[in-house]
Amino acid sequence: MPSKIASARPVDLPEAASGPRGMIHPRWVRITHWINVIAMFVMVTSGWRIYNASPLFPFTFPPAITIGDEFDGLQGALLWHFAAMWLLAVNGVIYVVLGILSGRFRRKLLPIRPAEVIGDLRAALTGKLSHDDLSVYNAVQRLLYAGVIVAGVVIVLTGVSIWKPVQFQELAAAFGGYDAARFVHFFAMTTIVGFLLIHITLAILVPRSLRAMIIGR
Amino acid sequence: MPKARKIIPGVDPKLLIKDAAKLIPEPSRRLFLRGATSLGAITLLTGCDIVDADTAGKALFAISRYNDRIQALLFNPNKLAPTYPESAITRPFPFNGYYPEEDAPEIDGESYMLEVGGLVENKKSWTLEELYALPQEKQITRHVCVEGWSAIGSWTGTPLREFLKRVGADLTAKYVWFQCAEGYSNTIDMPTALHPQTQMTFKFDNEILPRKYGFPMKIRIPTKLGFKNPKYVIGMHVMNRDLGGYWEDRGYNWFSGI
Repeated sequence: MPSKIASARPVDLPEAASGPRGMIHPRWVRITHWINVIAMFVMVTSGWRIYNASPLFPFTFPPAITIGDEFDGLQGALLWHFAAMWLLAVNGVIYVVLGILSGRFRRKLLPIRPAEVIGDLRAALTGKLSHDDLSVYNAVQRLLYAGVIVAGVVIVLTGVSIWKPVQFQELAAAFGGYDAARFVHFFAMTTIVGFLLIHITLAILVPRSLRAMIIGR
Repeated sequence: MPKARKIIPGVDPKLLIKDAAKLIPEPSRRLFLRGATSLGAITLLTGCDIVDADTAGKALFAISRYNDRIQALLFNPNKLAPTYPESAITRPFPFNGYYPEEDAPEIDGESYMLEVGGLVENKKSWTLEELYALPQEKQITRHVCVEGWSAIGSWTGTPLREFLKRVGADLTAKYVWFQCAEGYSNTIDMPTALHPQTQMTFKFDNEILPRKYGFPMKIRIPTKLGFKNPKYVIGMHVMNRDLGGYWEDRGYNWFSGI
């Protein structure tokens, strides 16, 4: 079994291992990452404006941090949301498929062991966690990156459930029906935005990681 | 990794130089800066698009029309909207419109006539008495608003496809256009008009349709968003031309299937 998996991951292994070029992120990762930045920015900020039209909780998002005010009503935000969804979904599918086929997910994100996560989290909070080798993720990073990929899959599937609760009623039912799917969609957004706060903070604290995501190393 | 690159005919030498430059550590800093600049440019471009509603708007409407076609492909004419028990009905069922409830049209049932036109054989207008005599069915389905909220209601009336057959409508036509008493309107696609749950509704919750829900007739379409379910309907026209609709003309997605 392991040998079979190993043979199915030739795409970026030579560069990632210890190639002379020291590539940390292959080109496909960087391209899909930055396309995703644009797609998520539009989806989240237009989504907040759509949320405001019928809030699930007793709060709304300040209109200033939303997009889609081209019209008096909700249409602008909906137009943005249902345009950027294609960018998010197509880019996301390409990323997940390449991540699995290249072996990158397995190599970079697995295994996730609770004991290691706790240990690395403690080290991170006490400032003892090293970021010397950007090509290797610590246990906390592995958990967060794997978690945000799962949240991404959930937000797309609940999005489809809300968009087409009749045509894809079986999918909507899997999330507890139309109304429940709206809540799951919201919590997936909260998870992703929470991840982004940590992710962006750390990218600022370790600028080399931002450079690696732009030029690859 | 091979140390000596082979020069392949047709390869852009500039790209080769660029690649070579990447091998040297010092310029990598400059590349980083260049990368950062283009990242900034993307942000500026997005910001620009948001401000420039004309350019962005055109692109967004083009995608919205493309989404209409995707939704028409996703629409399964045989797939029924889920139905619910009486106990699931939302009470009170919300009133919704682009005007307050007290401004809803007040239609006199005695003098009401449903105008039928366009590509139909029999263009006679229908009185409410004649309409009530048509075979009726009841459905308890979910009304999904474009704003996101939903409510379950009980609607009783005549399947639209039965009526279209009775008036000899051209069922190969593309659209059905509905005209409402207050000036509201909707155009729907023929496959949706022929869906078994698309209904000319005369009753809500087993009672004659109250004014707030569209007396005397609403078109109930459980496969479309709420705003595509016109109330106070006074005219029905089978068309090959898309005449749009109140919200459709104001930027909401035309197909709005669910």
